[in-house]
Amino acid sequence: MNILIKNGHVIDPKNGLDAKHDIYIANHKIASVGKAPDSFIADQTIDATGLVVCPGLVDLSARLREPGFEYKATLESELQAAVAGGITSLACPPDTDPVLDEPGLVEMLKHRAKQLNLTNVYPLGALTSQLAGKQITEMCELAEAGCVGFSQADTAIIDTQVLWRAMQYAATFGFTVWLRAEEPFMAKDGVAHDGEIAARLGLKGIPAAAETLALAAILSIAKETGAKVHICRLSCGESIAMVREAKKQGLQVTCDVSANHLHLTEHDIGFFDAYFHLKPPLRSQRDKDALIAGLKDGTIDATCSDHTPVDDDAKLVPFGESEAGATGLELLLPLTLKWATENKVKLVDAITRITLAPASILGIDSGHLSVNANADICIFDPEQYWKIESKALLSQGKNSPFLGLELAGKVRYTLLNGQVVYQN
Amino acid sequence: MHNPQLSDDGKLKHLLSIEGLPRNILNQILDTAESFVGVAEREVKKVPLLRGKTVCNIFFENSTRTRTTFEIAAKRLSADVINLNVNTSSQSKGETILDTIDNLIAMHADMFVVRHAQSGAAHFIARHVGPHINVINAGDGRHAHPTQGLLDVFTVRHYKPDMHNLRVAIVGDVLHSRVARSEIHALTTLGVPEVRVIAPKTLLPQHVEKLGVHVYHDMREGLKDVDVVMMLRLQNERMNGALLPSAQEYFKCYGLTQEKLDYAKPDAIVMHPGPMNRGVEIDSAVADGNQSVILPQVTYGIAVRMAVMSILAGNS
Repeated sequence: MNILIKNGHVIDPKNGLDAKHDIYIANHKIASVGKAPDSFIADQTIDATGLVVCPGLVDLSARLREPGFEYKATLESELQAAVAGGITSLACPPDTDPVLDEPGLVEMLKHRAKQLNLTNVYPLGALTSQLAGKQITEMCELAEAGCVGFSQADTAIIDTQVLWRAMQYAATFGFTVWLRAEEPFMAKDGVAHDGEIAARLGLKGIPAAAETLALAAILSIAKETGAKVHICRLSCGESIAMVREAKKQGLQVTCDVSANHLHLTEHDIGFFDAYFHLKPPLRSQRDKDALIAGLKDGTIDATCSDHTPVDDDAKLVPFGESEAGATGLELLLPLTLKWATENKVKLVDAITRITLAPASILGIDSGHLSVNANADICIFDPEQYWKIESKALLSQGKNSPFLGLELAGKVRYTLLNGQVVYQN
Repeated sequence: MHNPQLSDDGKLKHLLSIEGLPRNILNQILDTAESFVGVAEREVKKVPLLRGKTVCNIFFENSTRTRTTFEIAAKRLSADVINLNVNTSSQSKGETILDTIDNLIAMHADMFVVRHAQSGAAHFIARHVGPHINVINAGDGRHAHPTQGLLDVFTVRHYKPDMHNLRVAIVGDVLHSRVARSEIHALTTLGVPEVRVIAPKTLLPQHVEKLGVHVYHDMREGLKDVDVVMMLRLQNERMNGALLPSAQEYFKCYGLTQEKLDYAKPDAIVMHPGPMNRGVEIDSAVADGNQSVILPQVTYGIAVRMAVMSILAGNS
């Protein structure tokens, strides 16, 4: 099927495109940008006048909840939400039940996702068996089954010797190790940033040092082992300086920030609103400012949704007992645009953080509109405001700290492999 | 941000925390409590203000003393009182808090007195109940114990009527203390110019100074020239491990002895929310000494709780 997307404002950071162009799609791939290929006849034409046409978004952290937590969400519901958010590729952490530590499970997940044919799913395999932090997994087997990296999800490896060996082993084969920096003893039972608000509300705090201490250990081992490391969801200002220094030293380190943390602080918890119970916790205004600046100057490579659908019952309890997490697939684009607008970041740079940069971290050929690339495309209206309401979200997780807020940036079409998989 | 314990016209709807309550409401509670102090001395210790109302004491966490004072307060106001020890019944069978609350709502309770181990539990319940039900926080996690805070300032006001000219020291485990947070908010709202906290760093929250207090780690320095010494309870499980080395060392550094108390003003009063660990946080001679007002605190506690209940019922 041949598709013509005409009159759109094409933004493609990789190819330096930031102007009005027509895009021609044939045989699932981008046939041309600008000039019609010879004898091209469109079967479908999408009028993108007034709309932005960019590569399909790439999300570095989306929990799809399958297998094991289907009461929270299903692969189908979440991939529907992903395409509604313009996301055509996503990485999912291995903290399912059972944990993604067996090639068979990875193959099954890939197969199910392929059948749904909505978004490319790139599983992260467990770095240690059962995420228990004791035995490293069969990384080569898992990679062959489709894993693009190896992660501990939110479970830290307590034994630093195991962490060291896991990173050493991954480095042997050039696999990227995905880690969230949180020292587990310091963070134990914590539910909020160990700051002013936790002091006031009497919530058990997670100190910023829990992140910087773990980050220092990870960076030190990365230096020792030469492993490629991706640091997931930084939350503290001081961490940015540490990553900046590590990059300067030539370490193969990348990092991301959750879109939530670009807009919220500990103060938003208000009177114990469990929708603001996130992991890592929302931190101080100063931390938020540093994250915003770090993303702007490129120290932080990418923004992710940190999509974590949580069932209502898990939030309908006192703050400290509630499950951390928020739905995010449909909000990644508008929250990134809001960050860009508020901080005078060019649209092309904002798009880079959710397309090309995360694709490069994943090591996948995506996030660009080059000729012959798969036609994974997001078409959105940058001016259209929409109100974030539970019923408007396709994800089974209806909990968002942004409910009631109006955000600009509404996805109108999502194309996967040259097929329209979402239209609004 | 709208304070959930106030109605649209600024009246007290629930008592969840002292924080955010205006001074006039605190004074209203204290003045009303003053009028209830005499009730206990009458032959018939009852007033009819809550007649026909049902007060539910829902305790998700054990506390005989607090529950009893609420029960006495409600009964002196002529209310029907139901006591529920939830941690030993429904919750252990898997029922959620909201299930428990919904059942009590269906039984047409009018007022919930709630204690829970989680900070924010009372706010959570208050969000859930209908407008005709009042919620009183009887202690939630480390967050707040507003009636205790109020009875403490009631006691301070009784012995030291000029609140605008006081130095108050709060000593001990501020980190885990809901009482301390409520005391701090009550004292600062009522215009006490200097509130100090005295404790080792392990027992103080990060950024505690943001609550408007001065921080001291040395007992003698911190008690110098204060008018009021509020001691906090130290739970035995916090005695060992990483927070404190031993009971002996705690007593040496932070236990209130007459020698340390002598750094305060000669007429300083000594308070304690109870139950006390004698010989750990306070020396028996001080607890029973002539500067101690620990037992009057308990007596005033009933009057303050009666005041809160009657004001809430009147505002409903």
